[in-house]
Amino acid sequence: MIADMNAKDIVGDYQEVSLQLYGSVKRKILYTQIETPYPDGKLIVSTTNPEGIITHVNRSFVEMSGYREEELIGAPHSILRHPDMPPAAFKDLWDTVQRGEKWQGFVKNLRKDGGYYWVKATVIPNVRAGKVVGYTSVRRKPSRSKIEECCKLYPTLF
Amino acid sequence: MSFQFTVSPDFTPDHLSGWYIFNTWLQKQTGIAIHLEMYNDFQGQRDAIQADTVDLIYANPFDAAMLVREKGFLPLVKAEGAADEALIVVNADSAINDVADLKPGTRVAYTEDPDVRLMGMIMLEPGDLNNNNIVPVLADNYVLVAKHLLKVEADVGIFLAGAYDDLSAMVKNQLKVLVRSQISVIHHALMIGPRLQERREDIQNLLVEMSNDDKGRGVLQSLGFTVWQKVDNEEMEFMIDLMDTLNT
Repeated sequence: MIADMNAKDIVGDYQEVSLQLYGSVKRKILYTQIETPYPDGKLIVSTTNPEGIITHVNRSFVEMSGYREEELIGAPHSILRHPDMPPAAFKDLWDTVQRGEKWQGFVKNLRKDGGYYWVKATVIPNVRAGKVVGYTSVRRKPSRSKIEECCKLYPTLF
Repeated sequence: MSFQFTVSPDFTPDHLSGWYIFNTWLQKQTGIAIHLEMYNDFQGQRDAIQADTVDLIYANPFDAAMLVREKGFLPLVKAEGAADEALIVVNADSAINDVADLKPGTRVAYTEDPDVRLMGMIMLEPGDLNNNNIVPVLADNYVLVAKHLLKVEADVGIFLAGAYDDLSAMVKNQLKVLVRSQISVIHHALMIGPRLQERREDIQNLLVEMSNDDKGRGVLQSLGFTVWQKVDNEEMEFMIDLMDTLNT
């Protein structure tokens, strides 16, 4: 299950929206316009099970998401889903990795405090003994020009 | 029957004799005849792997996927605390203070080390630089990468963090680090090929226990390590998946 966002966790002025997540789940999202810059030289790494439930996160994931590790493990990866991200991007992601292929794209992620951070994400299926046992997502620092392109493109995809 | 052992060609030259000492120790401990073959470059080593002549390898993480998935190698150990990290460095007088300020056509000096180059190129992405829009300046070693920067023959250098840290203070004073990677999970590993795999567990145990006696500690010291840590299959698979995401 995924909890609604809580006003006491939010830093700064926020807007509220209800977001339809994968599997008919609805989540109340509180979000601000505050960006956290991606730190130089770091990778954000997480692994999920085949159903998209987080099974592993690295320290950078914890730092950038604003959640504690124990809040992340067991939560759906859509805990990071920002309302500015078009659903089509995630459909493409899941369709691609479920075909056993690698997906890459630029993603605006939602923090626990309502802020956001942009990443260049790559997701691959973890194949063990011929079977997909989960997915690993590795995020790196995107260029400003790519973010600007996405800021123009993504609103047109809703 | 003799087996072949080889070491990733990016080993530190200071530790060349250490690998021969290690190989002697390994033969004595296991009773297996092992020949140490050092290749001058990655291509020569990869050709030997493709020809199935290699049985043990201290492998660069970049080659781990091919070793495990195509050649049936399994991990044994890694050196404790020896994660591979990369640095993006410019001349201290350079006007560039942020990778984001770099432009296509930037001259980038690097060595043949494949994992360091991969990590370095990822750290140049925030400047919209990629393999297609940089001017490559290939150097034989990291001292020469530094030299290219000092002589302004390159705008940016990609270094293995350990190699940069080992440069003299005089050289480092004339350079400026823009980014240091903090990835932590990419590392070289000693790996074992199919012909030796029935001995995997005892070789792994010998290596992990190596630091518990004076002789073993001395051999490790000659390699520049203190302890071998066991690497299990899943840790190796995780690193391979991670390298796979970066190699895009």
